[in-house]
Amino acid sequence: MSSPAIAASPATESRAAAETLLKPLQFTGKMYRRMSILLLAVIGWGMFCFLYQAFVGLGVTGLRRPVFWGFFVTDFVFWIGISHAGTLISAILRLTNATWRFAVTRAAEAITVFALMIGGLFPIVHLGRPWLFFWLAPYPNERLIWPNFRSPLEWDFFAISTYITASTIYLFLPLIPDLALARDRARGWRQKLYRSLSMNWQGTQTQWHKLELAIQLMAAVVIGVAVSVHTIVSWDFAMAVVPSWHSTIFGPYFVAGAIFSGIAALIIIMAILRRVYHLEAYLTPKHFSNLGKLLLTMTLLWGYFVTNELITTWYGNLPDEMSTFWSKISGHYAPLFWTMVICNFLIPFPILALKRLRTITGTVIASITIIIGMWLERFLIVVPGAANQRLSFNSWFGYYPHWTEISITLATLSAMALLYMGFSKLFPLISIWELGGGKHAAAPETGGTQ
Amino acid sequence: MSQPKVKSAHTPRWGMIIDLNACTGCSACMVACRAENNIAITGPKEAAYNGTIQWMRIERTWKGRGRDIRVENRPVNCQQCYDAPCEPVCPVLATYTNDEGVSVQVYNRCVGTRYCGLNCPYQGRFFNWFDYAWAPTMEVQLNPDVTRRTRGIMEKCSFCIQRITAAERQAELEKRPVRETDIQPACAQSCPAQALHFGDLNNPDGVLGTVWNAPGLEVLLPEVGTRPKVRYARRVRPLRAPLAESTGNSIASAPEVKA
Repeated sequence: MSSPAIAASPATESRAAAETLLKPLQFTGKMYRRMSILLLAVIGWGMFCFLYQAFVGLGVTGLRRPVFWGFFVTDFVFWIGISHAGTLISAILRLTNATWRFAVTRAAEAITVFALMIGGLFPIVHLGRPWLFFWLAPYPNERLIWPNFRSPLEWDFFAISTYITASTIYLFLPLIPDLALARDRARGWRQKLYRSLSMNWQGTQTQWHKLELAIQLMAAVVIGVAVSVHTIVSWDFAMAVVPSWHSTIFGPYFVAGAIFSGIAALIIIMAILRRVYHLEAYLTPKHFSNLGKLLLTMTLLWGYFVTNELITTWYGNLPDEMSTFWSKISGHYAPLFWTMVICNFLIPFPILALKRLRTITGTVIASITIIIGMWLERFLIVVPGAANQRLSFNSWFGYYPHWTEISITLATLSAMALLYMGFSKLFPLISIWELGGGKHAAAPETGGTQ
Repeated sequence: MSQPKVKSAHTPRWGMIIDLNACTGCSACMVACRAENNIAITGPKEAAYNGTIQWMRIERTWKGRGRDIRVENRPVNCQQCYDAPCEPVCPVLATYTNDEGVSVQVYNRCVGTRYCGLNCPYQGRFFNWFDYAWAPTMEVQLNPDVTRRTRGIMEKCSFCIQRITAAERQAELEKRPVRETDIQPACAQSCPAQALHFGDLNNPDGVLGTVWNAPGLEVLLPEVGTRPKVRYARRVRPLRAPLAESTGNSIASAPEVKA
């Protein structure tokens, strides 16, 4: 660990902010190490499970015909959904120029990048022969074989790689001035790291102008990319002929659900950061209340889409779709379905609608139930649709997750936490230059030290 | 070696008619298919958990109630669709319809996304969840013309493509077009009731061509629009006893038989 090296200078408000917000970069506590070891252990176990599954065969999961997709595809859709937290919310807040956003945007953008890194692994984890995953990429090869561009899974490949590129750039751009700030205060390997990452940022007027332009541009781009990505993920299902998957509302339904779970994830992570790094002055009840209002909107939107999905099926009364419908409403999957309704609507709606309850604790409770509910929602799209077959003799309701699936799911949760912890030790979690009133506060500090 | 066969003017298009009037549900087709195509025996534990592999299977459904209960045995294999939903969804092009109309699976290319299996409305596709072992004495019975599949890939009925290819090679040697009577898939060959009829749909005077559009023939799930090359000859029943379903209350006094 490099020793703290903060140059003595006249105390300004932004300097105080910089010191608090750069503190996690300089000190690491005991709890941090213990947590890292615990999380690494869980991740290691998950990796063992994946290798075991790859060597023995996917039969170690609970999947069997006709439920060819289960936990892993649920996790995939779930994590890609969580990734919408970030970038999309941050971009919308930036474009609408909501000034309360300063403290929230970076935390949100980081969620996006990490959730995509994790979500993008699941299509590989769920392959029967994961060591051949690169066959999905259009790389030049001696046999001139290309992947099948008509397959929604191939569209996924391009959508997710585009999104992870765009969101990484979008996370990185607003980091540059803060990296320069960190560069000026760090020693040793950290200084080298920040120097190379801050790309010779001097805080000149031209640089600020270019940066602002780039951020605005990326904010606009990333909204379009985010909406299209989850639409394409929904097409994995909507393009299939499976009854109850083959639905035209899946595009907006998945995007709405993604933003819904994304905001919930953001609130939970913000609450943890606030507690652990003592950011009470920056992440105030107002932020949670404002995000709670956004979450309330999404709760209502989610309710609208679920009603839409169910009522069109019920009214249309097509036998193939009704078997899935009844298995959710009153059949094999009814307990999960009603838990989902409670978690996604009945609990969060009153909490978020009443101003008295929309506190930090309130929004966090609502967010936790929403995360559980949204995971269940994805599960209830994937599994009952596959289990209920047009030809009744093909239907099968025996799918239960086995220990490998549960372990790998838990390992990805741990990976999310660990990636976030690592991020918090390398980069300031709150945009210091934006918080300090924009470019002018930070510019003089980065002037002459290099 | 010279090039394989040069296509003659006539390209066959293989299809099958399954006569439900003749089928007794004896399951000989299932056994023959397993022996011919080296299909793994997954064992009782897997069978209890829907983990079996059966390219050809007998699906049994019951109709009616009480004394009027009737069983219908329906052999179901890959329906060899003209518009196969399994094919476009594969990201690596591991499955396609060959120029003779057989929907084939390229084992080497399959990476195991299992999307095809989900998109098959007939569930005619089976996944190798494990590397299945053959018992020592069973291993010597493996068909040398068919590969053994490894874990992590899909497999399905190929209309016994190894037999089709063999017949075509023979025809080429004899410098004549291949005849549909040269070929019998294992299931059709073993059916004691002769319920399965294999043939060339492009031959209007052939076994299938003469009856292919007869009104008694139906396809499974026509509403999905897959246009299968397997058709079923509908079961024709005597008019003697009405089905409970069609008359509603005529069966009120009959004893219940649980299906």
